[in-house]
Amino acid sequence: MTVQQYTFLFVGLSFSLYLLIAWRARVRDTGGFYVAGRGVPAIANGIATAADWMSAASFLSMAGLISFMGYAGGVYLMGWTGGFVLLALLLAPYLRKSGRFTVPDFVGDRFESQAARLVALVCALFISFTYVAGQMRGVGIVFARFLEVDINIGVVIGMAIVFVYATLGGMKGITYTQVAQYWVLIVAFLIPVVAISSQLTGQPVPQLGMGSELTSSGQRLLTTLDQIHQDLGFPSYTEAFDGSWDKINVFCTALALMAGTAGLPHVIVRFYTVKNVKAARWSGFWAIFFIAILYLTAPATAAFSRYFVFDSLATMEKDQPPAWFEEWEQSGLVIWLDGLDETGRSDGKIAYRAGDKNELFCPGKGITAGEVAALKAAHAQWLKSSGKDGADGRIILRQKGKGKPGPDRDIMVLALPQMAGLAAWIIALVAAGGLAAALSTASGLLLVISSSVVHDFYYRMIRPTATDRERLRLSRIAIGGAVVIAGLFGIYPPGFVAQVVAFAFGLASSSFFPVLVLGIFAVRVGAVPAIAGMVCGIGFTASYILSTVYFDGELWCFGIKPEGIGAVGMVVNFAVAGVLTPFCKPPSAEARDLVRRIREPEEDDSAPPVVH
Amino acid sequence: MRLTIGLLVVWAIAGLGCGVLLADVLNEYTFLGFPLGFWFAQQGAIITFVVLILIYALAMGRFDRKLKAQLQQIAAEEDAS
Repeated sequence: MTVQQYTFLFVGLSFSLYLLIAWRARVRDTGGFYVAGRGVPAIANGIATAADWMSAASFLSMAGLISFMGYAGGVYLMGWTGGFVLLALLLAPYLRKSGRFTVPDFVGDRFESQAARLVALVCALFISFTYVAGQMRGVGIVFARFLEVDINIGVVIGMAIVFVYATLGGMKGITYTQVAQYWVLIVAFLIPVVAISSQLTGQPVPQLGMGSELTSSGQRLLTTLDQIHQDLGFPSYTEAFDGSWDKINVFCTALALMAGTAGLPHVIVRFYTVKNVKAARWSGFWAIFFIAILYLTAPATAAFSRYFVFDSLATMEKDQPPAWFEEWEQSGLVIWLDGLDETGRSDGKIAYRAGDKNELFCPGKGITAGEVAALKAAHAQWLKSSGKDGADGRIILRQKGKGKPGPDRDIMVLALPQMAGLAAWIIALVAAGGLAAALSTASGLLLVISSSVVHDFYYRMIRPTATDRERLRLSRIAIGGAVVIAGLFGIYPPGFVAQVVAFAFGLASSSFFPVLVLGIFAVRVGAVPAIAGMVCGIGFTASYILSTVYFDGELWCFGIKPEGIGAVGMVVNFAVAGVLTPFCKPPSAEARDLVRRIREPEEDDSAPPVVH
Repeated sequence: MRLTIGLLVVWAIAGLGCGVLLADVLNEYTFLGFPLGFWFAQQGAIITFVVLILIYALAMGRFDRKLKAQLQQIAAEEDAS
């Protein structure tokens, strides 16, 4: 069987399983739709949280980014798991005790302001859409490569599937589907890495294999990588703060990701789906436990794939690119533009290195497929005429936004089994895993979007008399609308999957995290400072990201990259709220009572009353 | 509450401290074949986080039980008197 047949088989099997579960767990009321009737066991909820959490960014992009960033890639690992600690310790227990369904709900009631509710709602929608766009693009990449369809058609197929089971099952269906998706994605992630680790180092545990000696040369893998990087002019793989990632950037990005994670609306809602506070704590533990299994393995995946990229190119025969390269070249995510030597001939080998001599690129977001084709044709002419005719395409691809050196980061995890020469079924399994990761997160997010619109906006602000049935029907319509918008984002992607997602975190860290912390721990903070803080924080962060990424502005704030600016936005938010508080009206006795109640220890195991 | 603060201090030291601020210094040392700062950033911090949440869940569970026992005791004393 070919890779494609295996892919059809695995993807088909796993998708039928998800749909079957969604059908079995379908729901009829809003309680079941939003918080699964609060009857999910802690460990199942933990696994579902893990699947919800681990998006296409974690599965597909993160290891790829780490393999290009080396040490600095650790910001994603630390940021995403560290944020979970903040969430579990600082926010989740209190939010759950407040008995509010969603974050805008809590913010609106705590600050007694419809304006605060609306601002929080807009933030939630903005973050969720940014995030879901990244997932849809991940789905598109997987389909494009393995089913050999256009990326855009891939996105549409993904949209249809998410729509069916998210509208059918609501939170309950999604929760149990996510449990299945977790096992698919974790098995798909682990099998190839364990196989490769044994093959390269003789050590089957990838976390140890990564630090072991290569059986081929007897030299440590990481030492080998450092050496290759040095020879080719790249920043060191293991050394900290080499290259563009200096200390302040690593610090800010890690902090922004941590605070952003803790403020992500679709993860917070997870703590509401269990019976009581004790179960919420244990489900938090199981979630990070299951997340850590993937997160501890990803650095090994990164190091192995980095090694294989160099290894496969170094041993390449003249004019015979390695198999992984040829397959991915068709999807347009990697480009080879050969250079000329002193005698005016091309050497027929791919040189991947830092600087002007690099011949391996991926297209950036500032270039269309048509432009790439024209550029390749002109480059071929240039090569044939020994530089007299045509144009050297590498000059264009070296420009900011037009191209990047090296293969597209998102393909590394998918290409790794092939680089290592593993069996066809393993390659297909990884594809099914990537889809599971993207779909599980997308469905959780879509539910948050729909509940935000229908519960927080329609029910709490426009029509408090709406019946349960009416809201359920509207929720399903809202999911449909959200799927379409998310799909459009996936077709016109604003950047790499993990980067798009990193922006969502930046926005979350500058809006939700501070307002929730203040709402729980600072009784004195009233509506005006909270709203001003949120607006300033998210406004600052969004404008910085837009100006530096989309209009190629300078990094005017201490040279901080857009990925890390959320940390500054968070400080802005806290500062604005803190400065305004003494000048504004304190919250009413009712709101102060709410704060006092949620900070008291739980007296019994019963669930807090749900405010519908 | 004191427990939460303590755990958050460990969180900051392991994640932001050893993983970022001290990473260049720690990289002088080797652990399991990794430069230590690099290991903290990509492995050690995550392991610490899992343990922190485990400790939190266990400690809060014990705290809840203690509180419940106290409440029952008070109720029992009230019944007796």
